[in-house]
Amino acid sequence: MSAAARPLEGGRRLSLSWIGAVPFFLYVGVFLLLPTAIIVGGSLLTPGGTLSLANFDGIDKPYMFKAFASSIAISSVSAVVGAFVGALLAYAVVTGKPDGILRRSVMSAAGVLAQFGGVTLTFAFIATIGTVGFVYVFLQQHGIDIYPNGHVWLYDLPGLTLIYMYFQIPLMVLVFAPALDGIRPQWREATDSLGGGTWHYWRYIAGPLLFPSFLGCTLLLFANAFSAYATASALLTQGGVILPLQIQALLTSETGSSQPGYAKALALAMIVIVLVVMALYTLLQRRTAHWLR
Amino acid sequence: MTTDGRATPRAGVEVRLENLTRKYATTTALDRLTLTLAPGELVALLGPSGCGKTTALRLLAGLEQADSGHVVIAGKDVTNVPANRRNIGMVFQAYSLFPHMSARQNVEFGMQLQHVGAAERRERAREVLDLVGLGPHMDKFAHQLSGGQQQRVALARALAIKPKVLLLDEPLSALDAKVRARLRDEIRRVQLEVGITTLFVTHDQEEALAIADRVGVMQSGHLEQLGPPTEIYSRPATPFVAEFVGLTNRIKGDVRGGAVTVRGTRIPLVDPDVTDGPATALVRPEAVSLASNGEMEDGPLVGTVIAVAFLGAMSRVTVDLGDTIVLAQMATSAASDTPAGTKVRLALRPDPVLIQREEPAATAP
Ligand SMILES: Nc1ncnc2c1ncn2[C@@H]1O[C@H](COP(=O)(O)OP(=O)(O)OP(=O)(O)O)[C@@H](O)[C@H]1O
Ligand SMILES: [Mg+2]
Repeated sequence: MSAAARPLEGGRRLSLSWIGAVPFFLYVGVFLLLPTAIIVGGSLLTPGGTLSLANFDGIDKPYMFKAFASSIAISSVSAVVGAFVGALLAYAVVTGKPDGILRRSVMSAAGVLAQFGGVTLTFAFIATIGTVGFVYVFLQQHGIDIYPNGHVWLYDLPGLTLIYMYFQIPLMVLVFAPALDGIRPQWREATDSLGGGTWHYWRYIAGPLLFPSFLGCTLLLFANAFSAYATASALLTQGGVILPLQIQALLTSETGSSQPGYAKALALAMIVIVLVVMALYTLLQRRTAHWLR
Repeated sequence: MTTDGRATPRAGVEVRLENLTRKYATTTALDRLTLTLAPGELVALLGPSGCGKTTALRLLAGLEQADSGHVVIAGKDVTNVPANRRNIGMVFQAYSLFPHMSARQNVEFGMQLQHVGAAERRERAREVLDLVGLGPHMDKFAHQLSGGQQQRVALARALAIKPKVLLLDEPLSALDAKVRARLRDEIRRVQLEVGITTLFVTHDQEEALAIADRVGVMQSGHLEQLGPPTEIYSRPATPFVAEFVGLTNRIKGDVRGGAVTVRGTRIPLVDPDVTDGPATALVRPEAVSLASNGEMEDGPLVGTVIAVAFLGAMSRVTVDLGDTIVLAQMATSAASDTPAGTKVRLALRPDPVLIQREEPAATAP
């Protein structure tokens, strides 16, 4: 009796959970899968509807190489610097009191700041260290010129990298803190009692334990910067410097010669890069999952 | 050091904790704790949560600094020697194995830090892992081992560096009861085999009594009593020890001439030098026996069985005497003819007991 009832119950539970997940799958379908399908389709089909790689023809042009290189450069630099600074900050927070005010405030601030971007963030930077920004003016008055030789790097790739740091560092704090939390104080004390010092602990214990996660988080930061669009669009007046802007330029050409197929080909290239990076991130996270529980 | 030709020399050294005091913001974790461990001896520190057991162990390990007092190992004052130069083996409560290293690598790590050659390292790792019965599992990682196996590896890791002293802080408390009892005996066997001076911290009285040469019962940062398990159990020095180690009945009585009269039975006192007057006697359940045959006229020791708890070979019978409840413990065979509801007469064995006064003498603030 009860044995017969069990599968039925299980079936009912399954169907219920299915209903609950429908909005999620709808959301993912409409806002993630559908656009991806459009991009994949659009990039691989000619306007006539035949399968072809024609859209990828222009991808080897020198200015395209440059956009790719710039995108990868600012993403790498902002990811690596953000990862180091963020990891140090996370370490300071995690090793403090577990329920301390420092930890709680830094973590919630990081949660907000990691989402920051676009016009608001760009404006904040221009208003502080732009050529009329109050910090710039203040430093100028005290004999410090942050733009030597009149080179205003803020409106260029270095500036964009700096602004990206503003959300990269908090994101690192958010994603790396759990790994640090997984480090148990016993390991430090065990190292001590076995005759090891601080160097041995970091070299043989904490370092190897944290490195895969650190690397994974850095990749996540890379993907985050690589796919960021709004901030760059607000800061850089010159179009096409990095890939997302290049795509924008191709879609909204002022001369009326927009090339949606080509834009989709570029987007697909970006998606592939992000997918590869995220796959590596997942692999690295999984590697440490049972170490740092 | 000693070359007296014995096959397995007792490697143990003497360990002295002298007047150790450690204060945290508002609490005094240790209050002038003094304790000497003889070479090769296993002392168990037993006490309720927060009494300072872990603090004592950590001060000995050098993981924590004392406010005052000294730690002396093998005649050498190591109070100011950092933990990584004390050569002390430690086993933690749980999760202390390095998770990215196999059991063997964990065990070899300490020897690596001591610059022991690779070949010798391998050999000694195998030796200690065999000693704790984990030879076949030496290439497994922590997440592939059971809790008990992990603790064995932790023990092997601690012993591999040939430490002068072995410290264990509740090493069994994360394990289930059956594994706990087996591993406890295992730890004792290994400790005797290696002959290392050992401090074992626990809040489990059964564990402490079973494993130790001597048990130190702690309360609020100091030792209440230090002695062999039998003495701690049968001759508790203070009411605290009597109540913490084993169960006790608290029965009202009257002290006169070095003995206490409890419900008509005269029982000698552990400490006869107390003033006469009313007091509470602390009577072990094993000192209470019961009879149910014959006439049951009402008397001070006649009551009704209200519960029988089966504990295996022993049983515990709860008897209601009208104005108080008394526990009696006896062989299960003896308890089987007194089910709940039976009218019984209790007898109190005249083992010396401790007493407690209703109003303890006020101590200076
Ligand atoms: N780092 C610390 N900061 C503040 N107070 C502490 C700290 N460590 C211990 N204490 C306090 O010192 C007292 C003794 O602590 P300890 O850890 O030695 O107790 P314990 O006997 O090991 O208890 P348990 O059985 O719960 O492990 C407790 O009151 C505890 O709250
Ligand atoms: Mg403790």
